Amino acid sequence: MGGGLNSISKKDFEKSLDLTKIKPYGDTMNDGKIQMSFTLPINDEPKALEAARVLVEKMGINEPSIVYHQQLDNDFTFFIVYGSLRNTLDYTQIHTETIEVESMSMEKINDYIKNEIKRKVVVIGATTGSDAHTVGIDAIMNMKGFAGHYGLERYEMIKAYNLGSQVANEIFVKKAIELKADVLLVSQTVTQKKIHVKNLINLVDLLEAEEIRDKVILICGGPRISYELAKELGFDAGFGPNTFSENVATYFIRELVHRKLT
Amino acid sequence: MKEKRNEMKSKVNLDFSLVEKARETAKKIALETQKFIDRNTTTAIERTVCRLLAIDGVDEFEVPLPNIVVQNIENGHMLSIGAAVLIGNAMIETSLSPQEIAEKIGTSELDLTSLPMNDIGKIKTIINEKAKKSIEIIKNHKNTREKYIEIFGDKIGPYLYVIVATGNIYEDIIQAQAAARQGADVIAVIRSTGQSLLDFVPYGATTEGFGGTYATQENFRLMRKALDDVGEELKRYIMLTNYCSGLCMPEIAAMGALERLDMMLNDALYGILFRDINMQRTIIDQYFSRMINAFAGVIINTGEDNYIKTDDPFENAHTVLASQFMNEQFALLAGLKEEQMGIGHACEMDPGLKNGFLFELAQAQMAREIFPNAPLKYMPPTKFKTGNIFKGHIQDALFNMITIITNQKVHLLGMLTEAIHTPFMSDRALSIENARYIFNNMESLGDEISFKKGGIIQRRANEVLEKATQLLKEIEQIGLFKTIEKGTFGGIKRPIDGGKGLEGVIVKGKDYYNPFLELMENKRN
Repeated sequence: MGGGLNSISKKDFEKSLDLTKIKPYGDTMNDGKIQMSFTLPINDEPKALEAARVLVEKMGINEPSIVYHQQLDNDFTFFIVYGSLRNTLDYTQIHTETIEVESMSMEKINDYIKNEIKRKVVVIGATTGSDAHTVGIDAIMNMKGFAGHYGLERYEMIKAYNLGSQVANEIFVKKAIELKADVLLVSQTVTQKKIHVKNLINLVDLLEAEEIRDKVILICGGPRISYELAKELGFDAGFGPNTFSENVATYFIRELVHRKLT
Repeated sequence: MKEKRNEMKSKVNLDFSLVEKARETAKKIALETQKFIDRNTTTAIERTVCRLLAIDGVDEFEVPLPNIVVQNIENGHMLSIGAAVLIGNAMIETSLSPQEIAEKIGTSELDLTSLPMNDIGKIKTIINEKAKKSIEIIKNHKNTREKYIEIFGDKIGPYLYVIVATGNIYEDIIQAQAAARQGADVIAVIRSTGQSLLDFVPYGATTEGFGGTYATQENFRLMRKALDDVGEELKRYIMLTNYCSGLCMPEIAAMGALERLDMMLNDALYGILFRDINMQRTIIDQYFSRMINAFAGVIINTGEDNYIKTDDPFENAHTVLASQFMNEQFALLAGLKEEQMGIGHACEMDPGLKNGFLFELAQAQMAREIFPNAPLKYMPPTKFKTGNIFKGHIQDALFNMITIITNQKVHLLGMLTEAIHTPFMSDRALSIENARYIFNNMESLGDEISFKKGGIIQRRANEVLEKATQLLKEIEQIGLFKTIEKGTFGGIKRPIDGGKGLEGVIVKGKDYYNPFLELMENKRN
């Protein structure tokens, strides 16, 4: 087994922070230290350790140290490795698109709707397709909310309809028309073989076919959803983990006003 | 399955007169519901009868033959007498086997509902003879299991239960055998997302699935063989689990019985609440599926853990207990012994909750004492897993401690990568290592400690018991169906005529016959 206490490596590198050349941080600026674990389909033997070491070096990692290795089954060995990343990154060149709005409180959101929209906003939400997970949509919509943040059902100026899980896109669209929804929230959790992506694209297609895509604010959310992915799929916005109802509501009420969908 | 008993004295100082009251109320609810069950059959039950009469395979459009047969009878509006009667009648008329009859229906050469009807006594004789063959197969499987356990010995302490979910049965086998070698006692093959909503069972070995692998009889057979092989090597009996839920509840039970599965997820209410399957359909289906499981010696796992995934686990812990009481009574009515009741619950409270560990401990100890002979199924934290694998591993460690302190039996291992991906081989290995470390290191802690009289743990257990008893009283007054309509369980409301599968519910005619109802009931022991 590995001896992890090998802090004897030379530290003759530049130790001041340069945002154009950042590296992972272990205990010294620019030491590049990272950890990883993986399984190789080979037996745990001296040759396997060397194979793991070479593989990690190929990833751009200096001085790979295999701190732990264990045979998981015939022909499978698990490794935990530490090392120093060679590559650097220019942080000043990184650009992302995110929703940079400061969220309002539930009370402020209600006031904003009263003053700017002057009627209740209709929101429908569902977990669509074959996905049966309701944790996400419930956290945003249910009266009780999540972690002390009330859900949209609690909002005086929002009419929230939670359609539950495994809702077919066709039915979701039909409900949107029937309830004259302003905002559509779609939650997707299961991600195997990218099924969530296909399902989300299909919803956009259906909304376009019904000619209501530009009449609604279309939002998706879930643990594997990012703002970029949502935009790419034709949604107005996407919310990942650690999102609460007020984050979503702040976005869509402003967007409703901005797009004159009031 | 011999189990080390907790000492007689209640650790949480439960009011057992209240336990008796709750149990009595749950019994009344179940008996009332049973009247409804006994009046009806379903398309799924009739397809199960077909399967138990050895009808298997698909037609040229991949439609399973049990579906073809039942559809044929439905088209002729004769399902109310049961598939067995019409198949028996066709056996007399054509001198063919049920399988051959099904194939001829598939090619439109035969219509069961247009044949002249023979004497019902004669029909019953021929169909019972055929039915007994499957009964023999199932009994033999049960004997094989018992023999294995006799030779290898049963596991002392909690069963380590892990899931495989690659979508490909052949990959699942690699994962399952590795898990067994690492120390797992029970392998559950997670089903593909959405299978519960299919009104048929897919056929053959499958290599594509979303978030799991299709439950098919061939997949059952392949995995059973693989686990027997690795079990022989390890001199341990490795148990196999699948999902007896959804629109094909009893069919999966029959397939499991025919391929020697050892455990089945089999809840009376789960499909209604979490898959939006019509409540009448599920309640009728669960009875026959549990009857098969009872006969086959399968341990069922109930699904109360799910209530507190959607609802607040602290505030609604009593709904879990109330449902456990009802699941127990429904299971008893279907012939399951207490030793076959893997009554479910979960460790799902917010890890940020002050004294949360104490409340979980109270709940687990309470369940242990209320269902002393049941191999309780304890589910790990999932709802508050964040992707922080390091914290996740500790959450699982706390969960493991509760299991060993309170003597839970079917221990579903938590994964450090929960909320990230379906388990890697290495995730499972780390998880098994975690559990074995704690189970060994803290083995007798539960025997050594008692809880403070009137302290947080004792108060909590009794509070949950009181609320559950009260809830059961309310359910008794308005009936189970109305209770579900109100959204009492999991905070989910389901209308009596809503959901999927209602069209598959059929009122039994006065000549209705299903040979297995008698054969399996008689052979109960």
